[in-house]
Amino acid sequence: MKIDHHLDAATLVAYAAGTLDEAFNVVVASHLDWCPACAEDARRAALMGGELIGGLAETPVSEECRSKTLSLLDTATLHRFPKAAASGGEVPGPLEHLLGGKLLAELPWKRKAPGLALHDLPLSETSSGKLFLMRIAPGTAMPEHGHGGEEITLILSGAYNDKFGRYARGDVADLDESIEHQPIVEADAACICLVATEAPTRFKSWPARLLQPLIGI
Amino acid sequence: MLPKDNRADPKNEDVAAQRLVQRVARNLDREAFAELFDAFAPRVKTFIMRKGASPDLAEDLVQETMINVWTKAGFYDPAKGSVLTWIFTIARNLRIDRIRRESSRPVAELGDFDPPSEAPAGDEILARKDEARSVARALSKIPPEQMEILTLSFIEDLPQAEIARRLKLPLGTVKSRMRLAYGHLRKNLERPN
Repeated sequence: MKIDHHLDAATLVAYAAGTLDEAFNVVVASHLDWCPACAEDARRAALMGGELIGGLAETPVSEECRSKTLSLLDTATLHRFPKAAASGGEVPGPLEHLLGGKLLAELPWKRKAPGLALHDLPLSETSSGKLFLMRIAPGTAMPEHGHGGEEITLILSGAYNDKFGRYARGDVADLDESIEHQPIVEADAACICLVATEAPTRFKSWPARLLQPLIGI
Repeated sequence: MLPKDNRADPKNEDVAAQRLVQRVARNLDREAFAELFDAFAPRVKTFIMRKGASPDLAEDLVQETMINVWTKAGFYDPAKGSVLTWIFTIARNLRIDRIRRESSRPVAELGDFDPPSEAPAGDEILARKDEARSVARALSKIPPEQMEILTLSFIEDLPQAEIARRLKLPLGTVKSRMRLAYGHLRKNLERPN
């Protein structure tokens, strides 16, 4: 897989610090699963965190906590088994978990507009973001729109083109919220993307406000 | 035992810690585990308490973190970062999980998708020592306004938008400082000295 569009370094730093909202975390972890270059950047960003944390003061841990931890090791050993290897490879590992073993084609897609279907993915209640899969029919031109909020999109299959170039499997659009674009899906196949956005109420640009009631994103 | 004065040199600390993790992974070595506990648990506790956890909850999470170190030792991959970074990633995820568990829905655990790693070769350990030195050097030269953002991210665990609010800066400025800080680090790693 040749990947041309990568994550913003600021996103990678936030990911390494563990401060991304859950929805964004899934999209970033999914891209990293496919993109060795960004995975290397995330690793290096985490080194900065390690260096900072290494300077933390120590808070004494009670003897009770220590001995209790040591006494739990035998039971814990029973849980030492390798995770099952990711299967198939249609979607990245972190997403596979959320699909419960289903293939993309088997999901209960909801049609939102001509050429556009969505499938919402579950997040915990503490997440303030929204995570969903988007399937856009071959040849569809999305209306020109901005996002008025944070948004990251990972292309899982198919491809689209906009003024920034061609986005295909593995590419990620980690765009500044001020940017407007008009993606046009290539004619030969539907484009399926994994999208994280801030809560829908944060959409403020007028095209998005226009679109929002229509397509529910 | 990790000699105390290793704290002064994080690189030696890490090499010693890597050997301990290996002993845990290969031999279920309880003595090595106890040494890891003594070396890292007090800093994990500080880290968790900085997020406002009570000492009791913090020790609960310390225990859980260290049990994870025991069960996941075979997954630790020195090519991906220091033992310290690995342990703090576990602590951070558990803290987030704890919050989620208080909400109802189960959520997939991220970051557990790597196959168990092979033991590091000697030259890899050496390369990583150099790298850690470069990271320390890069951070020592980072402008204070970028360092502030890094500290708020990595130590205070604040999201970008929260940092922007706290410092009364546009979100774009927070992001560009993060980019600059990372760019500075990358330059130092690619061209040390």
